[in-house]
Amino acid sequence: MKWNGFLTASILAFTVAGAAMAEEEKVLYFYNWTDYYPPELLAKFEAETGIKVIQDGYDSNETLIAKLQAGGAAYDVIVPTDYVIAGMITDGLLQPINAAEMSNFQYVKDAFKDPEFDPGRIYTAPYTWGVTGIAYDSAQVPGGKLDDSWSVFFEPPPELEGKIAALDIGSELIQAAALYLGLPQCTESNDDAAKIYALLEAQKPKLKMYSADSTVDRMASGEVAMHHLWSGATARAHEIKDTVRFIYPSEGTPMFRDNFAMPVGAPHPENARIFINWMMAPENAAAVTNAIAYANSIESAEFLDDKWKDAESVNMPPEFADRLVPTEVCSPAAQELRDKIWTRLKG
Amino acid sequence: MSATSPFRRAGLVGPALLVVLVLIGVPLGIMAWVSLLGRGATIGVDWTSAPSFANYTKLVWEEDFDGTLLFNPTYLSILWRSVWQAAATTAICVGLGLPVALWMSSLSRGARDMAVLLITIPFWTNLLVRNYAWLIILREDGLVSQTANAIWPFGPVQLLYNDAAILIGLVYSFLPFMILPIYAGFEKFDWRLLEAAYDLGANRRRALTRVIVPLAMPGIIAGSMLVFIPSLGSFVTAAILGGGKSMMMGNLIQLQFGQSRNWPFGAAISVVLLALMMLVLMGIALWKTRQEAKR
Amino acid sequence: MNLRRLPLTREISLAVLVYLYVPVVVLIVYSFNANRTATVWSETSLDWYRKILVNPSIRDATWNSLVLATAAGIGATLLALAAALGMKSGFRGKGAVEAVLNAPLILPEVVVAVATLMLFVAIGIDMGLAAMIPAHIAFCIPFAYLPIKARLQGMNPSLEEAAQDLYANRFVTFRRVTLPLLWPGIMAGFTLAFVTSLDDFLTSFFLSGPGSTTLPVYIFSAIRAGITPEINAISTIMLIVSVALVVTSFLLGKMRR
Repeated sequence: MKWNGFLTASILAFTVAGAAMAEEEKVLYFYNWTDYYPPELLAKFEAETGIKVIQDGYDSNETLIAKLQAGGAAYDVIVPTDYVIAGMITDGLLQPINAAEMSNFQYVKDAFKDPEFDPGRIYTAPYTWGVTGIAYDSAQVPGGKLDDSWSVFFEPPPELEGKIAALDIGSELIQAAALYLGLPQCTESNDDAAKIYALLEAQKPKLKMYSADSTVDRMASGEVAMHHLWSGATARAHEIKDTVRFIYPSEGTPMFRDNFAMPVGAPHPENARIFINWMMAPENAAAVTNAIAYANSIESAEFLDDKWKDAESVNMPPEFADRLVPTEVCSPAAQELRDKIWTRLKG
Repeated sequence: MSATSPFRRAGLVGPALLVVLVLIGVPLGIMAWVSLLGRGATIGVDWTSAPSFANYTKLVWEEDFDGTLLFNPTYLSILWRSVWQAAATTAICVGLGLPVALWMSSLSRGARDMAVLLITIPFWTNLLVRNYAWLIILREDGLVSQTANAIWPFGPVQLLYNDAAILIGLVYSFLPFMILPIYAGFEKFDWRLLEAAYDLGANRRRALTRVIVPLAMPGIIAGSMLVFIPSLGSFVTAAILGGGKSMMMGNLIQLQFGQSRNWPFGAAISVVLLALMMLVLMGIALWKTRQEAKR
Repeated sequence: MNLRRLPLTREISLAVLVYLYVPVVVLIVYSFNANRTATVWSETSLDWYRKILVNPSIRDATWNSLVLATAAGIGATLLALAAALGMKSGFRGKGAVEAVLNAPLILPEVVVAVATLMLFVAIGIDMGLAAMIPAHIAFCIPFAYLPIKARLQGMNPSLEEAAQDLYANRFVTFRRVTLPLLWPGIMAGFTLAFVTSLDDFLTSFFLSGPGSTTLPVYIFSAIRAGITPEINAISTIMLIVSVALVVTSFLLGKMRR
């Protein structure tokens, strides 16, 4: 409670519309991915600041933007992913929070201080990050180990055919295929698209299913031996079944960085700033990682649970850093090609 | 009392009519307009684009990967698959719904009410939860799958992630919408007519084809509308029980408003689907009047 | 006497009931599963019921769903009842009016939902329960209208006439004669409208505002992480509530009769 007054004062200093602030209701409307924030941490925030948080959930960036675009969402804090942020700023959906001037910004890891999608951290503050790679069950794999390559997923050994799941998200699968084939991820070339389509079409009969739901269950129950999957979900599956391993494919591992942002029209902008700053405190950031198994962007190693320190999927070995590839924003032409590939694949 | 004055009638029917026209009709009008526009740069609609039928022609002709404009069977095959699945679902629902409705009408008054309850109670749970329950039931190491494999002599049986699994899920979702209308038709029926038919020497088959089926027909038609139309637009079952391997119309529309961010194209598909449904309904109405004329 | 009992109808019916109830039993059983992984059984536990009690998101979502479904159910039933009474006698354009009333049945919901969002934004209605209730009422109308209409068709008009001959005024006739006779149809219509609203995801998702997440919206967006025993537990509770509600309404209906 004691630093709350100081914080409020420091925020006052760079708030343009400071006048209405004094009467701001002690409420925060938080719109986040469902199951992407520990309820206990919200309780802690409420106890420390006296601000009551009302949390609602969504399941994809597209649905979040659809609501914002139509003007139908009066939330204070949202959690968009890196690749949609530039577009949201251009479309005027976000308002500045000047995260770089917040008191807890000092704890942000260097790699997340000045991202290409929001130079100078004007509109966003870092939350968690992760990668999309390959999860496999070493008990079901011949030899118990697979190569660090997309090839094991796109052109799997015959023993694994019919035991593989791919994410049912066109952008993820097409991006992975492009990386494997060495093509630009947002290609506008028909030839490239045809190559990606051919790869996915050939892979389809070897897959058991396309699904992005209940992925942790699927790996943990051994229903599939390999899953095109996010790092955090793999870590959660590993917690239940310790033979689950994760691959950072060497041809390029798509990385996503989730961020806090404040949409235009947020009813409680001051509370939003208090919350965002509070979340950059190492202890609080670590509490998120401990609960949901996605790495955070804050120097918080000392607060991390031991089980995550050893998990490659949460705590990335530094030598894999040069494999990380940020997700690009596709032009409408590239998006049309992606739609064409995806619809034909499932048509 | 018997003849309602037009003024009174307007007062009674007006509010419901107004609500539907404003909250369903106006949105539909907006979407019909959107279907003529272009997609927005990031998402949504480019309101400044010139209206055209491009989104409609795209359903049939599309530029191939090699740049040539060609007849594109993708959307037609999705449509065909959806229609086929919806028709099969409806047929199975009739096959199961008719005997159940007959059985219900043979019960005592109190037992009949109980039966209506029994059939509707499972639907107080969420659609997704029900589909996931089926996933647990049909999975490979489950009891059903193992039994099926023990009985079936021709190699392993895969119960999940195929068209059969989608059918099981769709029939499950819509069966009550078939049973209840057929049952409602039987409830008013005077069963002494059937007894008279027997007395006059009709056998069971004739009783079935000449009395019971015609009696059930209005219920079957109403039920078929309530089953066929929603299954055509369903998207959850194909994604969960079908393993996402092939799309249905519902998934295609959903995709345009989600990942693909192409609202105008999604609107165009919906308008086409709506037109097809209208055709089906008109066909049924025409068939009905013909049947009545025959009698 | 047993002409209705054609061969196999009883057997098929019992099989259908098993088919309808197996998933329900599975979800109830799995709500007592100690393992967080919904598909792997470990041991019996009541943990998930305890977790619901402390999870404000699920609790609020359930409450929102019940409020919304009750409001939409009552609203749709009242409008449908009035409409059905007004449609009792034939008039020009009756077919067209009927088609409009039933239109919500045949429209792809996502389209109506997104367009309604655009409409509400354009006329300045804030998202939240206040926006969701009218939208739900609109698409629930046919579900309430069809059973009430069916009941009205089977009703004997001479009873109402007799009441009026005995100098009962319109209101008394309606309250004492028409309403009790229509009651089963009204209850059936309300039940269908209520269930339809309770299970709705798309319209609720697009029109929800801060704090108005409903149970289907919660479940649909939580599914990335998987169907948890928590969701099975809340489904079981809803099932119990619904059985209690339906049984009460049925008993009430019987008493009125």
